[in-house]
Amino acid sequence: MNAHPSLLIGEPVKIQDGSAQPHAMVRFETVAKTYPAYRGKPGVVALQGIDFSIARGSITGVIGRSGAGKSSLVRLINGLEKPSTGRVVVDNRDISALTGRELRLAQRSIGMIFQHFNLLSSRTAADNIALPLEIAGWSKADIKARVTELLALVGIADKHDRYPSELSGGQKQRVGIARALATRPSVLLSDEATSALDPQTTRAILDLLANINRELGVTIVLITHEMSVVRQLARDVVVLDAGRVVESGHVADIFTHPKHPITQSFLAEASGDSLPVSLASRIVQEPGSHAVIRVQVRGAGAGDTLIARLARELGLDVSLLSARIDEIGGQHVGSLVLGIPVSDSGGEGATTRTLAWLSQYQVSAERLGYVA
Amino acid sequence: MSPELINLIIQATFETLFMVGIAAALGTLFGLPLGVFLATSRKGELFAAPAVNAALGMVVNATRSTPFIILVVAIIPFTRLIAGTSIGSTAAIVPLTIASTPFIARLVEAAIREVDGGLIETASSFGASPIQIVFKVLIPEALPGLLLALTLAVVSLLGYSAMVGAVGGGGLGDLGIRYGYQRFMPEMMLAVVVVLIALVQLVQSAGDYLARRVNRRLRHR
Repeated sequence: MNAHPSLLIGEPVKIQDGSAQPHAMVRFETVAKTYPAYRGKPGVVALQGIDFSIARGSITGVIGRSGAGKSSLVRLINGLEKPSTGRVVVDNRDISALTGRELRLAQRSIGMIFQHFNLLSSRTAADNIALPLEIAGWSKADIKARVTELLALVGIADKHDRYPSELSGGQKQRVGIARALATRPSVLLSDEATSALDPQTTRAILDLLANINRELGVTIVLITHEMSVVRQLARDVVVLDAGRVVESGHVADIFTHPKHPITQSFLAEASGDSLPVSLASRIVQEPGSHAVIRVQVRGAGAGDTLIARLARELGLDVSLLSARIDEIGGQHVGSLVLGIPVSDSGGEGATTRTLAWLSQYQVSAERLGYVA
Repeated sequence: MSPELINLIIQATFETLFMVGIAAALGTLFGLPLGVFLATSRKGELFAAPAVNAALGMVVNATRSTPFIILVVAIIPFTRLIAGTSIGSTAAIVPLTIASTPFIARLVEAAIREVDGGLIETASSFGASPIQIVFKVLIPEALPGLLLALTLAVVSLLGYSAMVGAVGGGGLGDLGIRYGYQRFMPEMMLAVVVVLIALVQLVQSAGDYLARRVNRRLRHR
């Protein structure tokens, strides 16, 4: 609800100054990434002016359209790519300055899971999970014990000897998660990890990630183009557009008060299902008997007395057309759709008064149209 | 057919197996690392060395475009240096190896390039060194393709080995030319062709079987 002066639409936003947070798990310090021109193709600026940090133990969503720079961003965190300028500090180590063996050692504390799972088809589930441990030089006995533990952790202890071709998408991603966690990393990067899964499986995998975050304290960075994933799992969100961070902060804040058009469009997609079809089809833009207003409220008991007070204080016959309460970023966010009567002469004084009354309580409201 | 002729065929079969077997083994020994390098040394790849890649690629292409019979006689001094002689089955292994190495290298390169690039990125992301990526990811994942490549190389070597009769290499092809063609013994020619067909069939079936066994990609879904 805090309209911070720097949160002007279209401007790159700097919410958490990297240098001020020595205990951040991941810190981007004025990072830019450009790919040079190559074989007649022009150079590409993938990221610029990236300056934010990710808190230790948090789950942070990085959301953007394809080409927004999400993939470059995540590859800077695990050192697969180097920034053109600036630094990327992971767990107080400047990963962008490491090379060779030092970089490979640092990479063992950063796990990653992928959209297409990237399992070795020639290895069983257990042997896929063992791969990073073999690479790290663990003994056979230690690997065996750790793999058994990890298979149980991700809930597929019975798939020990199965090859990836014998597993479902969800099971493959569980193997991917177990493999990413094998070397006990402090950060888990998820690159569109649920984008190839059906909604039910997505939910199960996101629940698993939430458990892992809670029980192991692993910081999770979720790269995604789906707001629903951020909504279900993340506490913080960073919105990327055209290589810049356009908005960032707590998920509940961003969800209830999106500032940037890109964020708003993501939210519109995510909440597109919040209006019942029967209602959505009745909403028109020509004036009708009732103005339709969507109100977003948050916090415990979100909106439970709002309608009663609104009706009483303004003396209006407010009708409730639709309502739902979601848990977003650990907070309750209610979405109410109200019908405000339009007077017989077409006067909209009631609507104007309602909007003013709502803004006085710092409740965000928007007019969707009219119903006949 | 007289027992002497049958003995000749048996002896020639062993000569062919000897030449092809050793040449295939040596060709793999040299061709496998060469192929892996060709598949991983372009710009931005694991062992990026674009200039070396281009140079090796040209050498490979040059060797592969030289007709085998010309290669055999052109490298006679080199063969003598390596084998001590330029005549006989052992000497014939030298040109056979030199012809099969770039062929195997190209087949290996193609098989390695078939491996999903995402797997290389995955292994890099958990700190695998380039050498670990080759031995733990690229070769195991490409194994079905590598076995089929080796099968193809052996079958081609069986064909090449027919030409080393020109330098007294012996073997089935040589027998077919000398007895079947030059002495007008069509039954000898036929016998040689039948043995070669059987050998190719055997090698191909064995290769297919092994490649299928190590392929876990399409196992019962």
